[in-house]
Amino acid sequence: MSTKVVDRAPLTFYERTYLPAILGGIKVTSKHLFNTLVKGKAVTMEYPEQKWVVPAGYRGAPYLVKDQDGATKCVSCQLCEFVCPPKAIKITPPGPEGQPADRANAEKMPREFEINMLRCIFCGFCQEVCPEEAIFLQKDYSLTGQSREEMIYNKEKLLKLGGTHAGIQKWKHKLEEAKEQETFPVPTP
Amino acid sequence: MDSIKYLDPTTQFVLFSILKVMLVFAVAMTGVAYSVLVERKVSAWIQDRPGPNRVAPFFVEFIPVIGPWLTRLGIFQPMADGLKSFLKEDFTPSYVRKVYFWLAPAIACVPSLMTLAVIPFGSTLGNAANKMVIADLNVGILYSFGIVSLGVYGIVLAGYAANSKYPFLGGIRSSAQMISYEIAMGMSVVAVFLLVGDLNLSSVVDYQRGGLHQWLIWKQPLAFVIFMIAAFAETNRLPFDLPESETELVGGYHTEYSSMKFALFFMGEYAAMIAASGMMVTLFLGGWSSPFGSEPAGTILGGLVHIGWFLAKVAALMVVFIWTRWMLPRFRYDQLMDLGWRRFIPLALANILVTALIVAFTHK
Repeated sequence: MSTKVVDRAPLTFYERTYLPAILGGIKVTSKHLFNTLVKGKAVTMEYPEQKWVVPAGYRGAPYLVKDQDGATKCVSCQLCEFVCPPKAIKITPPGPEGQPADRANAEKMPREFEINMLRCIFCGFCQEVCPEEAIFLQKDYSLTGQSREEMIYNKEKLLKLGGTHAGIQKWKHKLEEAKEQETFPVPTP
Repeated sequence: MDSIKYLDPTTQFVLFSILKVMLVFAVAMTGVAYSVLVERKVSAWIQDRPGPNRVAPFFVEFIPVIGPWLTRLGIFQPMADGLKSFLKEDFTPSYVRKVYFWLAPAIACVPSLMTLAVIPFGSTLGNAANKMVIADLNVGILYSFGIVSLGVYGIVLAGYAANSKYPFLGGIRSSAQMISYEIAMGMSVVAVFLLVGDLNLSSVVDYQRGGLHQWLIWKQPLAFVIFMIAAFAETNRLPFDLPESETELVGGYHTEYSSMKFALFFMGEYAAMIAASGMMVTLFLGGWSSPFGSEPAGTILGGLVHIGWFLAKVAALMVVFIWTRWMLPRFRYDQLMDLGWRRFIPLALANILVTALIVAFTHK
């Protein structure tokens, strides 16, 4: 084993008076004081007024989204409920006599859709598993409430918070594809 | 006001003394509260933070411009801090020595306030017989040294009473530190009194009141440096906060304390800083006199101006105290003892000798 002996020069008299340390301290502290006080360069983000801009792909709270026509995308397949690791999602299906789906190409939509935000771990499995692209992890990271009940978000609230997600229009594209299939051979662009 | 004149002198004296005690206590306590705020603000600025800037009573938001500005400055923070101390749970661990545990915070807090009694904080308020000092003792400095060294008992007692390791180590360090620096401090002051020729703090101020050039800091710079560093050690401020040293001893002597008992230690520390600043101002920086030279005031306004000068000087020294905390790292235990015994005591002795020789040869 090789050891390297670091040559440490003995302190000079000037250094032993602690003066260089004191002067260095004055220099550093006054620089920072000046920067913060006069130039206003404090590194603190003053939270409720200034908010952190989340990066793309950030996994915040999962919300239900509507399609481009404002209809519920969720078809109450309950895959997200099954995949949810902390069992935060609870879906009440419409049942045989329930309300029909509010859009074409869908058999049904949930009567109630609840996410317990106190249980949710923001893992994104629900988004990954959803065949209808109806649930997305959005950019909300600050969820607060005054009671446990308040933290269980129902369908209405989730749809309101989720907004419209017109980015992926699965059924519209499916319809176009189906129409294209009607002519044969398929025209290639 | 005229009815006061018809009272006999003793009653007048008692009345004025009570008034002065209450005023000094009020100002000192406000000073303590606001030096905590200054501490928090200055530390924040030095560490690139804005510091406390949220607390405000509900009505402040209705004051235009000034209201939000005061809130950002944290003016109302000390009230919230004080309220918090009163409302927190006062927990007494089962294993402490109860009597001493209850006694220690009071002993730590009271002496620093008592020191303020002998410091002349102003000249007069028009009436030459009524000096602006609570007790115009002929042995003022001896009194203050006697009282200040009582402060250490509070800390040692706290360390002993808590009956646990870290407070005990803090208490031991405190006693060692106090002993080392008390001597250097006392010796540094001897040189000042050789020049002044009187132990009364009012005469020390009289000696210096000719103006900036008369201040004893110019005649006794070494004594000032030693006194100042010893004051840092006596008040347990960084770089000499070994009894507390959060990083090694959790909280040092006040580890087991909570709520108002902890707050008493805290107040004691800041009151001691104020007392030490007041003492330094009186001994070396001209006391209540202005840098342009001043006579004892003949009017109430003049007296208030003198009190203002005194408070301004104390405030400036408090900022030095606070700033130093964020400037220097803590001394190691052996370095601390080395500095006290092997540097300052010989230096202070040499200073006394040189001063005595100069006085002996120049004094007619």
